[in-house]
Amino acid sequence: MLEEPTIQRVLAAAASRGADFAEIFAEEKRSSSALLDDGRIEELTSGRDRGAGIRVVVGESTGFAHTSDLSEAGLIAAAETAAAAARGTGGGTTIVDLDRVNAKRPNLVRIMPGDVPKAKKVELLLTANEMARAEGAAITQVSARYADSHRRILVANTDGILGTDDQVKTLFSISAVASGDTGMQTGRESIGRTVGFELFDSYEVADLARTAAQRAITKLAARPAPSGEMTVVIGPGGGGVMFHEACGHGLEADLVGKGASVFAGRLGEQVASSLVTLVDDGTMGGEWGCFAIDDEGRPAQRNVLIQDGILVDYMWDGLRARAEGRASSGNGRRQSYQHLPMVRMTNTYLLGGTSTPEEILSDTESGVYISHLGGGQVNTATGDFVFGMTEAYLIEGGQITEPLREGNLIGNGPAVLTAIDAVGNDFAMGGPGTCGKDGQGVPVGDGVPTLRVATGLTIGGTAA
Amino acid sequence: MTATASKPQPGQSDDLVALAHSILDQAETAEQVEVLVSRATSTTVKVYEGHVESLTSADSSGAGIRVIRDGRLGFAHCGSLDPNVLLETLREARDNLEFGEPDEFNGLAVPDGVAVVAQDSWSDSVVEFPVEKKIALALELERRVLAADSRIAGIRSTAYGDAWGESVILSTAGIEAVDRGASCSISTQPLSRVGEETQTGFGYDSGRVPELLDLDHATAEAVDRATRLLGAVKPPSARMTILLEPRLAISLMGIVSSMLSGDSVIKGRSPFGERLNEQIASPLISLTDDPTRSESIAAEEVDGEGLACRSNLLISDGVLQGFLQDSYSGRRSGLASTGSAVRGTRSLPGVGSQLLVMQPGTRSFDELVSSIDLGLYVNSFSGMHSGVNPISGDFSVGADGLMIRNGSLAEPVRELTLASTLQRLLLDISEVGGDFEWLRSGDGACSLVIQDVSLSGA
Repeated sequence: MLEEPTIQRVLAAAASRGADFAEIFAEEKRSSSALLDDGRIEELTSGRDRGAGIRVVVGESTGFAHTSDLSEAGLIAAAETAAAAARGTGGGTTIVDLDRVNAKRPNLVRIMPGDVPKAKKVELLLTANEMARAEGAAITQVSARYADSHRRILVANTDGILGTDDQVKTLFSISAVASGDTGMQTGRESIGRTVGFELFDSYEVADLARTAAQRAITKLAARPAPSGEMTVVIGPGGGGVMFHEACGHGLEADLVGKGASVFAGRLGEQVASSLVTLVDDGTMGGEWGCFAIDDEGRPAQRNVLIQDGILVDYMWDGLRARAEGRASSGNGRRQSYQHLPMVRMTNTYLLGGTSTPEEILSDTESGVYISHLGGGQVNTATGDFVFGMTEAYLIEGGQITEPLREGNLIGNGPAVLTAIDAVGNDFAMGGPGTCGKDGQGVPVGDGVPTLRVATGLTIGGTAA
Repeated sequence: MTATASKPQPGQSDDLVALAHSILDQAETAEQVEVLVSRATSTTVKVYEGHVESLTSADSSGAGIRVIRDGRLGFAHCGSLDPNVLLETLREARDNLEFGEPDEFNGLAVPDGVAVVAQDSWSDSVVEFPVEKKIALALELERRVLAADSRIAGIRSTAYGDAWGESVILSTAGIEAVDRGASCSISTQPLSRVGEETQTGFGYDSGRVPELLDLDHATAEAVDRATRLLGAVKPPSARMTILLEPRLAISLMGIVSSMLSGDSVIKGRSPFGERLNEQIASPLISLTDDPTRSESIAAEEVDGEGLACRSNLLISDGVLQGFLQDSYSGRRSGLASTGSAVRGTRSLPGVGSQLLVMQPGTRSFDELVSSIDLGLYVNSFSGMHSGVNPISGDFSVGADGLMIRNGSLAEPVRELTLASTLQRLLLDISEVGGDFEWLRSGDGACSLVIQDVSLSGA
């Protein structure tokens, strides 16, 4: 994307007023998507973005500027703006030697989506529409979306790092509406991986369509969710959102450093049931949140955050790690070249345990079984978090019984982590997610085995 | 960093107009082409513990091109105003339409003769405000919040932000709309602490004159919100009356307005689709989407397709009066566009509300509180995106707030959920406050009292 001499001159300009650290992040992104709605292909969209963000750190202040002009003149103008914004008072020009980061690609892409005829993408949508509607006359509306993106990044900084990455993602999602005497209900399913069009060699859109349609149809007969605190069993795969909210955000070093996390100051302490080992892993090949280097040029890492219930470490980006005199954990990410990086999760998951899912269920006298979660939200300072249940059932006498309507659950992170009293041996990754923080969205993955939260979760339904 | 260098002069959008024309000139006879080009400049100053944490200076630009031919629609966008990139984007939009299915209702917006209500959205004082003063404003806000209350233990972030920009929509159907705007804001997120307990707050103000940003308002709001929940406990489950202040009342109305999108109606996704002229809400509720209201910071002259914004009555005395339409949903419904297309350069227009205005009742907020024997005054909602379904109407959100007992605000509560359905909530509204205000978000809202909501707690 950029030649090394250009990079060196731009870094020199960025550091010209004195800098503890300066960085170029260049990005080129192509995306395409196709949308089916109301029985027909409604739109095909494609997008292209390229630009660079220049960051200059002086003491505790960061100056940042970005430009869509990748010419040397454009980059130097942005570098000077960033340097002025950082308000350095030093001077001098430094030329740094750059070392290429050798980071292993998490996986190879076999079929570049850009090489696939658009007609093939459209065909997937038509199949999904047909299959969802074939699930029953109750299905009255279907929408489906195909999307791919190809993001190339280059990061170079005055620490001498020069890294590049090539990130290809492919996504398919489908939503169905079922109508009946009780009104309308919705069902959704999606699959997204950091792979090319070979995604559809492993996943049949017909299966996704059936799952989405069945979710909607099942809910037509659903009863209002209960209200109040109950034992909750979460099924494999779909429940990672709970950990993302219950403790993931609270373990981000920027929030911890500002005292805005209930997990601040708790390293080495028991923060969860001893059944809990939680990992954040950017190296997981093909998963939605994986990469070779993060958006600060650090190779992706597998980081154990909680080991057997003990808090082992937080997640770090370069800025926060520098202040603590330690290494980044490879969690510095940003939405695009127009954004400053900050501490973000990658693929966050709970390691599997020893119980079988059948044991966990049959050992649960009454409660709620959640097989598919929606999004969530957390206040990291209080630890209170919510997450949505989009497919859930009552548990009565150790058996899954009636379906429940949608709703949120609320709990407090530290209390819920401590109340996990069973972890299954059926680990699975969940669907693709977009994590939002301070206005930036980044792709993340998550996964869990079947698990049980004995107390501490309140179901936000209407039934007494 | 020198803001004045990018200050647009009157008529400076001429180059954007010329650029858009150069794309339209490429349109072939059988094609309809629409070009949206925009550029914006923004600054964000974040301060932390008395120093500048980050200062971001950003110029961004982009374009979105829509092409329709033989009833097929294609779209492409780019993050650049380079003429060669725009031509490539036009080619991509053309290529994309080959795969769209023909739809007789596809088409661009056609000028409809509705006059634009002029808005004064520009502000030289935002553009000319020097960076040192931006920093000083953020630092001053941080200082005031920290000094306001001994329980304020820190501030996660305090910021000043501003942005100004212009956009041009031009189409072969005869649309030519130029829009310019500038605004600025301050915000702060304090943390309060007593013993081991931490709570958070948020304070904000926005406007078009940086010197008039109300630091006292932002400070008082942030500190009040951060401290009033200290000591909060989880309440027992019960059905009860809730009181929503204007900021939260409008978030509920925003979801309701999304259910009144003409696009949802024609695609069978609105539970209110068949209920025109029927009672869907308490007779106390009247709701209008009216981006022409100049008193609001969110006022706009044109919609996302370049048609004049106009006032659209949605609900009058609880009776459903109409739906919002863009040119596609309007054409397909046999109706006109209501000027309700919303979009950015990266997306095709969709139907949405732009500036909701609630009709006020009579009693003050304090009078509403004193009229409630047992209820919950809600401080914040969480999980609006995960627990509210505008198709089924299921409504379940996390919340915290203050109990109301015997007509007075009482103990703080947290870790609870509120649930009902959107259909029921609208009918269960028992009073609309007389406390109408123009929110910092731009909407015009009043407090709402809603009965018989399920509160789930301990």
